[in-house]
Amino acid sequence: MNLVGLPILTVVTFFPLAGAIMLLLLPRAKEELIKRVALIISLVEFGISLPLFIWFDGGGAGMQFTERVPWIADWGVSYSIGIDGISLLLVLLTTFLTVLCILSSWRAVDRLVKEYMIAFLILETGMIGVLVSLDLILFYVFWEVTLIPMYLIIGVWGGQRRIYAALKFFLYTMAGSVLMLVAIIALYFLNGKATGEYTFDLLKLYQAGLPVQTQYLMFAAFALAFAIKVPMFPFHTWLPDAHVEAPTAGSVILAGILLKLGTYGFIRFAIPLFPVAAFKAVPIISILALIGIIYGALVSMMQVDLKKLVAFSSVSHLGFVMLGMFAFNVQGVEGSVYQMLNHGVSTGALFLLVGMVYERRHTRLIADFGGLSRVMPIFATFFMIVTLSSIALPGTNGFVGEFLILLGTFKANPVYGILGATGVILAAAYMLWMFQRVMFGAITHEENRRLKDLNTREIVTLIPIVVMIVWMGVFPKFFFKKMDLSVQHFLYDVKTRYEAAMTPPGAVQGGTSPATVEAPGSKPDTKIGVKE
Amino acid sequence: MDLFHVQFAAADLLVIAPEMVLTGFALLILLMSVFIRTEQRSFLGYTAVVGALAALASLYWGIGTETSAFGNMVRIDPLSFFFKMMIAIICLLTVLVSLGYAKREGIDFGEYYVLVLFATVGMMLMASAANLLIIFLGLEVMSISIYILAGIMRDDTRSVEAAFKYFLLGAFASAFLLYGIALVYAATGTLDLAGMSRVLTEKSWISGLPLLIIGAALLIVGFGFKIALVPFHMWTPDVYEGAPTSITAFMATGVKAAGFAAFVRVFFSALPALQPYLKEIMWILAVATMTVGNIIALSQSNIKRMLAYSSIAHAGYILVAFTAGNELGIASILFYLLAYVFMNIGAFTVVILLGKKGKENTLISDYAGIGYHHPLLAIAMAIFMFSLAGIPPTAGFMAKFYVFSAAVKANYYWLAIIGVLNSAVAAYYYLRVLVYIYFREPERNLAIGGFSPAAVLAIIISVWGVLNMGILPSAFLALARQSIKFLL
Repeated sequence: MNLVGLPILTVVTFFPLAGAIMLLLLPRAKEELIKRVALIISLVEFGISLPLFIWFDGGGAGMQFTERVPWIADWGVSYSIGIDGISLLLVLLTTFLTVLCILSSWRAVDRLVKEYMIAFLILETGMIGVLVSLDLILFYVFWEVTLIPMYLIIGVWGGQRRIYAALKFFLYTMAGSVLMLVAIIALYFLNGKATGEYTFDLLKLYQAGLPVQTQYLMFAAFALAFAIKVPMFPFHTWLPDAHVEAPTAGSVILAGILLKLGTYGFIRFAIPLFPVAAFKAVPIISILALIGIIYGALVSMMQVDLKKLVAFSSVSHLGFVMLGMFAFNVQGVEGSVYQMLNHGVSTGALFLLVGMVYERRHTRLIADFGGLSRVMPIFATFFMIVTLSSIALPGTNGFVGEFLILLGTFKANPVYGILGATGVILAAAYMLWMFQRVMFGAITHEENRRLKDLNTREIVTLIPIVVMIVWMGVFPKFFFKKMDLSVQHFLYDVKTRYEAAMTPPGAVQGGTSPATVEAPGSKPDTKIGVKE
Repeated sequence: MDLFHVQFAAADLLVIAPEMVLTGFALLILLMSVFIRTEQRSFLGYTAVVGALAALASLYWGIGTETSAFGNMVRIDPLSFFFKMMIAIICLLTVLVSLGYAKREGIDFGEYYVLVLFATVGMMLMASAANLLIIFLGLEVMSISIYILAGIMRDDTRSVEAAFKYFLLGAFASAFLLYGIALVYAATGTLDLAGMSRVLTEKSWISGLPLLIIGAALLIVGFGFKIALVPFHMWTPDVYEGAPTSITAFMATGVKAAGFAAFVRVFFSALPALQPYLKEIMWILAVATMTVGNIIALSQSNIKRMLAYSSIAHAGYILVAFTAGNELGIASILFYLLAYVFMNIGAFTVVILLGKKGKENTLISDYAGIGYHHPLLAIAMAIFMFSLAGIPPTAGFMAKFYVFSAAVKANYYWLAIIGVLNSAVAAYYYLRVLVYIYFREPERNLAIGGFSPAAVLAIIISVWGVLNMGILPSAFLALARQSIKFLL
């Protein structure tokens, strides 16, 4: 379906790539021009992604803006794309953050500007591609393609230990995803043998109805790939290295989008493809998520480096996302999706702010600062707002997400809920303590007296984020109405298939799984398909 | 025995048209090199390019035909057509790369090109053989030419060492192969491949089974040596490192393609009855070849040695498809080899262009900062490395995808899992090349000479091949499937 006779989703996906090719033709020496063109490309991209939001029909639960062209026809591989309410919001987050990243790189990137911008735009295409793919091979291709530019961004423009960090990032992700590739292939053949239709079409494979034992293995392969990306405890060790060494914009996009590809992978692929295994995995995933929440928070508290602190706080925040998702009720999953967006906005902003102060002072050690609020009042104000968002103060976006997640978790399992709630308290502790040490007190280092406050470009970069923080905190309905039905449909679909698989052997289940079927609000749309 | 009363018609000559064209051009170059003056020796290379193109064109007569010639000694069928086309492409790329390289290294005399063309003839014979003796003949023509080519830089001790090592071990391997042929002949009473499969299906041959299995095992040793399977791979790194780089590229792709052509022909066309007995052996060989190749490649500091071990590992991936043994598996062998030709010749060509006379710059650390001085060459190298590592959207990814699909389809789950884990390990050493190219500051400018336009053309063809097979693989896989249809 397309509304203006234009394959809008394809345009949104590949426009950055086209832009990258355009940049390739510009002369290398004209750095200012390259930066401007890249900014314009990313702005146009954001502009053309907005109609998706406007035209997206919140009253439909199925995939919208779908396009489908055979790609490797005799294999049942097709170029099949489409979005539902969940991927819609993440696509918009991607186009939104890319603009800010390019703005923030204006001064931070001083060599190979052309290559940098090209890598960033290719990365954008890769990320959007992952979010819109409805074919497993297409998805896998985009998934791997995102690795290459990110690897280069960390490795070329990163800090001291960039080579180590870049390799670690690449190899961790690759090792996880190759097993997923085997699972994808196995799924293809098993489904083909069972139904006679050999296809990589995601929506058709949802109905594969594999034997339970097979589901376990395949879920494990998918979950490993995604858990490394999220990253869930104990697969998180690449993250601090990658974050600390990446340039600011790289960290922003890494935290903002790339990690979300992992959580998105669970919600789009691992859970609906293998619902039985997913329900059975609830205790494991939830406990790992809880460990991630608490461990991440405690480690954050002990960090002396600002960027590392933010990096570990990501482990904690992503733990919330996973916890909510595996509560398997509307509150939990909606909170989880919302928290993905929140984390993209607020942690992205934290990395931007850390980057701004680093550009001035060339250190990120908390001990090197103190009393900054007196020298840089505008900076301190922005930092305060973002910090409050990050610790989920009511009125900010973070509150909505974490509140829903905890609500959902309490409904599903009160013990998990209580443990999860400690993460909120710990978050307040490490963030506010950090804020206090950096911003207040006496100015202990003379260099800090001469620091300049934010310039116009930096303020322009941060204002959209503050607007989003407040907007998402005060009018969450605006966003929820786009994803409500998608989430309900996701839950309805997954639970029905889980129950269907569990009924034949009778009541084997001890009642730990929240298996009550909640029908989505609008019944007629529960069938997956194109909504006109 | 009617082996000695071969009758042939004029039409038979069309079946071996490419071989004849190549032989003709080789003789012409041999003749020219006597008369031509030293400063005009470039013409020898140009003639070889024309010869390779003519061989490619003469394949026209092979399209869609399926016929045998010379008393069923050679045949042209879709399978041999595919391999001959691949070998002709390899020959063309090699000659293109050699134009500048041979001149730079002072080995651009006539014999160089003559031997390349003769080796190609041998490879093509292996691909089109319908009789075990022709396979052996082709193998020897190919091998002897390459022994000499490996040592053609005769003032360079490493080159001479490479040739000597290759020759000694190669002679052993030939003996194994010959012995295997003899035993297979003893067991089945024929050397004719089609006849062999008839014998094995018709009469009760079970009494000859032990002999046949030993014979087949010896054949595996012989072929395994040529395509560098573990544990017959010991020669590979030294020979690849010592031989002139253009010849290394030729060996890594051409010899492997020809070896697999004969391997596939013998085991899927003549001896399919042995499949059940060989599965386990193949499984073990595949795992050993992938794993040993990749693990040793991790610690290499010389790019030619690294690519040598990587070529061992790639032979292992192909064996995975071989073990699967289904239609998809055999088709993916062809697909993989073609993808490998493009990415490997491409990578070696970049290695060549980054060297100069007397300073080959083959240490990976020599490449520090190439990305800053030679951005386009660096991008090409990045594409080849990503393809070798199997990252989409390149040919290497699609090739691995098909190979592992074949394994999964044949229920070899563990083989597929070991394979993908291997490719994750392999990513490390391919990425390390890129680490030097892009992430390290240039220590010094390599000050390499001008790029030979022909080599640049070879790189462009390779990049095109890698990306085309990676993004639009359908046509290539369809061709590969078409080529093996008649086997099944």
